[in-house]
Amino acid sequence: MSALLEASGLALRFGAVPALDGVALEIFPGEVVAIVGESGSGKTTLLRVLSGMMRPEAGEVRYRDPEGGLHVVHEMGEAELRRLHRTDWGFVHQNPRDGLRMRVSAGGNIGERLMAVGARHYGNIRAEAAEWLRRVEIDPARIDDMPALFSGGMQQRLQIARTLVTRPRLVFMDEPTGGLDVSVQAKLLDMIRALVADLGLAVVIVTHDIAAARLLAHRLLVMRRGQVVEQGLTDRVLDDPQHEYTQLLVASVLAA
Amino acid sequence: MTALGYNFGYLDENTKRMIRRALLKAVAVPGHQVPFGAREMPLPYGWGTGGIAVTASVIGAGDRLKVIDQGADDTTNAVSIRHFFAKVTGVGTTERTGEATIIQTRHRIPETRLREGQILVYQVPMPEPLFRLEPRVAETKRMHALADYGLMHVKLYEDIARHGHVAISYNYPVLVGGRYLMSPSPIPAFDNPKMDRMPALQLFGAGREKRIYAVPPYTSVTSLDFEDHPFQPVRADAPCALCGSRESYLDEVVVDDKGGRMFVCSDTDYCATRQTQREAAE
Repeated sequence: MSALLEASGLALRFGAVPALDGVALEIFPGEVVAIVGESGSGKTTLLRVLSGMMRPEAGEVRYRDPEGGLHVVHEMGEAELRRLHRTDWGFVHQNPRDGLRMRVSAGGNIGERLMAVGARHYGNIRAEAAEWLRRVEIDPARIDDMPALFSGGMQQRLQIARTLVTRPRLVFMDEPTGGLDVSVQAKLLDMIRALVADLGLAVVIVTHDIAAARLLAHRLLVMRRGQVVEQGLTDRVLDDPQHEYTQLLVASVLAA
Repeated sequence: MTALGYNFGYLDENTKRMIRRALLKAVAVPGHQVPFGAREMPLPYGWGTGGIAVTASVIGAGDRLKVIDQGADDTTNAVSIRHFFAKVTGVGTTERTGEATIIQTRHRIPETRLREGQILVYQVPMPEPLFRLEPRVAETKRMHALADYGLMHVKLYEDIARHGHVAISYNYPVLVGGRYLMSPSPIPAFDNPKMDRMPALQLFGAGREKRIYAVPPYTSVTSLDFEDHPFQPVRADAPCALCGSRESYLDEVVVDDKGGRMFVCSDTDYCATRQTQREAAE
């Protein structure tokens, strides 16, 4: 099986601070990869570079389209990249307000991606939106409510529905459970896990929550000062951490 | 009688040349907004300065000018602009749609079908059709560049979800030549179908926003809609009280303080012509 996304030799500095320093990784179809590390370790920068939102100073990100063609992400035109972000890719922001249109109803939010790729049948768009609300466990009767009337957890689920409606193969998630209370986090993680398995999604998820990473991810990358210091299967990395920083990270998780 | 001390058409020749360049570009890229340097005009922004600048740049000594405001030839805005051009160019003016070579309009398209060789100049308050949906100008430009107009359909979706139909009665967004999303200026949605493949040249000037755009003759102009909610122009369900027309766009006029009202044609020339014809027939 060939990788959906490959990156090699990524480097980016913010002034004197290395945000990415020789990062390489591969994402395979249907695989969930978590990127963990402390604040400022370059996790979010890596996600932004991988998704084409930011340009690295060195290195290359290659994306494989459904037909098997390989594209260099940062050489794509803006129109092509935008289209990719709406069809084969998705991005879930930490703060749902960044990913949702707060003045547009839940149904409109889900329908936006469909309309952006050319759906022009109101009835079908609405039916699809209702179906996706149901899938993310929001009452379809609230299809015309504004996202501002939703709780934080519901907003996050709405953002996920809006992202998945065009059936992407690869989804980037930037701390999707950040800022939610623990029980809501658990529910959201459970839902993401079910959807990922259901749709065969590949996910790159950035998190500093080791428990979330253990629950969701097949593979784990540990980042520190812009470098991947350790990577491997999630259980292996968490049960038998090799790098001293990973050991510190695992040791500092509070046991419930 | 031409006023002394002014260049023909009020604007100096260099300004007119600059505006004509913008117009040529606008005609070459139908529906695309071209920036231009709007000049100070002897009337305030919002009164049609963009339309006047365009008219001043295309008008020649042989032209006949008609100016309408909401369809009427006899309202303040129309009268002032007509007088202005009579003064600074000396060209003939008319109230007859058929006789005019240039028609400057605020918020209406005449009922009489326009023909080849005529120019319709629109006064535009806000040229950007996406401005209520996307506040960042740079982002709206990018959306135009990429023909990324899903957001406009989101607005239509929201209207149907909330009201059961698209609740835009004027300034109804159109797609020009299958490419650019365009604001038709605040004409009633009723007039939108008239823009499609119109034999006359349509020019749009926005003075305050400093944008010019155009629809060349016989260019397709389609109103956005959904397959299962097709575009429907709205018209008051009544005949004109003066000429009896059942086709024209109507104004609702309150006639007393007891709830009395009448519907009359908004296009005064069309209505007057029909009334004369009716009298002649009797």
